[in-house]
Amino acid sequence: MPDSPLLTAAAVAVIALAIAAVVAVGLKVLRSFRDLGTDAERATYQTLHAASRAGQHLRTGLNPAGAAKASKQLRSLLGCDALAITDTTGVLAWDGAGEELKPALMGLASKVFEGGHLAVIPAGELQLLAAGDGGVTLAPEVERAVVIAPIKTGARVVGVVAAFAPAAGAGLVRATGEVADWVATQVELAELDASRTLLMEAEVRALRAQISPHFIYNSLNAIASFINTDPVRARELVVEFADFTRYSFRRHGDFTTLAEELRCIDRYLLLERARFGDRVQVSLRIAPEVLSTVIPFLSLQPLVENAVRHGLEAKEGPGHISITANDSGAFAEVTIEDDGVGMDPDQLRSVLAGHSDGDHVGLRNVDARLRQVYGDENGLVIETAPGEGTLITMRVPKSQPRHDA
Amino acid sequence: MNPVVGVAAFAAVSLATAVIGFYGLRISRTTGDFYVASRTVKPWWNASAIGGEYLSAASFLGVAGLILLSGTDALWYPVGYTAGYLMLLLFVAAPLRRSGAYTIPDFTEARLDSRAVRRVTSLVVVLVGWLYIVPQLHGAALAIRITTGLPAWVGPVAVVGVVCFTVVAGGMRSITFVQAFQYWLKLTALAVPIVFMLLALGGGDSAAAELPPPSTANPTALAPAGPYQIISLLVALLFGTLGLPHVLVRFYTNPDGQSARRTTLIVLGLLSVFYLFPTAYGMLGRAFAPDLARSGQADALVLLLPGRMIGGVAGDLLTALVVAGAFGAFLSTTSGLVVSLAGVISQDVFGGSVRGFRLAAVVSAMVPLGIASMTESQALAGSVGLVFAFTASTICPVLLLGIWWRGLTDAGAIAGMVTGGVLCGSAMVAGSVLGAAQTPSWLAQPAAWTVPAAFAVTILVSRATRGRVPRTMTRLMTRLHTPERPLATER
Repeated sequence: MPDSPLLTAAAVAVIALAIAAVVAVGLKVLRSFRDLGTDAERATYQTLHAASRAGQHLRTGLNPAGAAKASKQLRSLLGCDALAITDTTGVLAWDGAGEELKPALMGLASKVFEGGHLAVIPAGELQLLAAGDGGVTLAPEVERAVVIAPIKTGARVVGVVAAFAPAAGAGLVRATGEVADWVATQVELAELDASRTLLMEAEVRALRAQISPHFIYNSLNAIASFINTDPVRARELVVEFADFTRYSFRRHGDFTTLAEELRCIDRYLLLERARFGDRVQVSLRIAPEVLSTVIPFLSLQPLVENAVRHGLEAKEGPGHISITANDSGAFAEVTIEDDGVGMDPDQLRSVLAGHSDGDHVGLRNVDARLRQVYGDENGLVIETAPGEGTLITMRVPKSQPRHDA
Repeated sequence: MNPVVGVAAFAAVSLATAVIGFYGLRISRTTGDFYVASRTVKPWWNASAIGGEYLSAASFLGVAGLILLSGTDALWYPVGYTAGYLMLLLFVAAPLRRSGAYTIPDFTEARLDSRAVRRVTSLVVVLVGWLYIVPQLHGAALAIRITTGLPAWVGPVAVVGVVCFTVVAGGMRSITFVQAFQYWLKLTALAVPIVFMLLALGGGDSAAAELPPPSTANPTALAPAGPYQIISLLVALLFGTLGLPHVLVRFYTNPDGQSARRTTLIVLGLLSVFYLFPTAYGMLGRAFAPDLARSGQADALVLLLPGRMIGGVAGDLLTALVVAGAFGAFLSTTSGLVVSLAGVISQDVFGGSVRGFRLAAVVSAMVPLGIASMTESQALAGSVGLVFAFTASTICPVLLLGIWWRGLTDAGAIAGMVTGGVLCGSAMVAGSVLGAAQTPSWLAQPAAWTVPAAFAVTILVSRATRGRVPRTMTRLMTRLHTPERPLATER
């Protein structure tokens, strides 16, 4: 091989890095031995460590994968021969010896499920019971006592923890009861997690699709004014209105494409123009690359409505709204700008934080949904000042394989 | 040759690219017209854009050079480059479009529900992108050296500079129109000079009369390629096209799967028409400029031939056109790749911010610039062919099996990508260490054994880890293979 200085330097660097890594790991191991202190401290640490490891696995609820990992930790905690976790329908995990007992366990535990009290089966009875309940014939050397403790969430027994040991001493019985209670707490936490997720989904659903009652009222009035003077236009407007409501009231799906949302905005603006005439001017610049981007359902229309309502309605003379959509790397960037009266940033901030029910509820709604779906860093960005107009920027990742439009 | 010609051509192309990039969208669409159908990209436009992005230095300069060197054997390159799109059309385009994933790492993460797979795929995609940009920069170095006499490094630096500037300054906003423009520029730049050259040959009274007599013999006396080389090359090109990072994104510009397929069909036509011209250059070069093959300047054939055969001011003008087309090829492919890579890097490393995207764009252009300035230009078509082989042995198995096989697991995908990458990568390294003359053909064209190996490892490991098939699989597969609702375009 050629002896280039570059190669030598690289080799020296690799060796130095390796030495540094070994020294760092060695120091860390040494320190962990030194710091642990007395036997009692170490025992406490090990117990807590096993419990917290098992807790992580149980945080998704009682399922085979989590229970299998947790049962290993719990068995070492109890120091028994074998440990099993079940739910109400079957054995989820078995760790340790004597797996031939598995079919019989649900039968053995039936009393615990009924009564909700801890049961102890002494060493002599297991053979008989197993043969009677599950039809399992055991080898004579499998001679164990079993402690079966219920996992209770509220008043309900959702499963049992069964510990197998040569003899069921008082210590094992109490410890098994405590472990079952502890597992119950973890399961309750998992249920809490699940209901929190459900709550978030319900919140998104509740936030979704609130077209403003003002708009319906104003549109119908505007259409009414045309019925005598220009019946053809009135008819067209009613059809547009019907199409608009069909889109807004649709039940399926929390997502749509930018193209569909733009079409909805088109109808909306058509109806607003019936009311305002030429006072509303709109310009549009959309990059074709982002037309098929998935966005939350009715997330743009409230922003345009906000621009019309709070930007132009309060202002004298014509107002201009410009809507752009651009391809920006991994994101699609949509902006809505008006040259209307603007807003007070402090007031807007408190509306967005949910502290006051201003007139900008639509903005808060969209902002909350965007944060919910895409994370806090992808909320609305609003640039505004009184009298200076408003610029709203929305950034949505283009890649959303999990969201169906 | 007049050095001003090359510089002027390069400046004109860069300026046109930037101007269309910044203003293309603004000119055509500022009214209040919401009619979405008028805003979608027509399949013709999109097909031109795909062609513009896909036809790289290898196609523009390399194919003609390779035909000059090895005659009809080199025709397999244009055949493979084009037929790769047939594979894309049949197996990948529509399902991937339905998946909603914009990049290959996004797709693998969604399909296999695993962050680890995403990281490995990102790494491979970035590697492929860098390897693919390097030959573009080699081409730029060659073009600058031949046409202006400036030092070779000026070319790559200029290309990277223009690409970085337009991407960072947001000039890629109407990227579809820029790339479509590049396709027609490249086609014109090759077609017009060849027409003039053929006329000059047919007329027989102009400068062509002074040309040396056509030397019909094989100028390099290379042995013809065996069936192994041809099969291996075709495997690389057919399967490699599927995984190229900058190709897939284009299909999202179509409003629906049906027009995505029509686009692919048009792309096939556009590519077939385009490749007529490098082939013609190669054949003319074999007859009238065999000395280029002997002096190792085969890749410069397209740039030098118009000046040789026509001469005078007309020759200078035609050369300027060809140089402009060549820089169009370097710029379009490089910018398409840089944008795709920057998307992947910014998402995985910089958390997807706007600043992160710009930084990632600079990183993804600078690294290949470093590699290109440290390495020597090989035959352009050959080195791009190796990149295709690498893509075919890494990304392609995961993509194809991910779309068409329910049993793929994350462990299988990673094992397959690593196996393919290591095998093909070491074959490439071994080939460049041994040198072109000493490399046995199974090392020079590794795709025929690395691609099956990668497929086999992916399938076997997936079978062995059957329990890891993600729970989201059925839902995602349904989404991939059921027709989507058409994009709302009617009013």
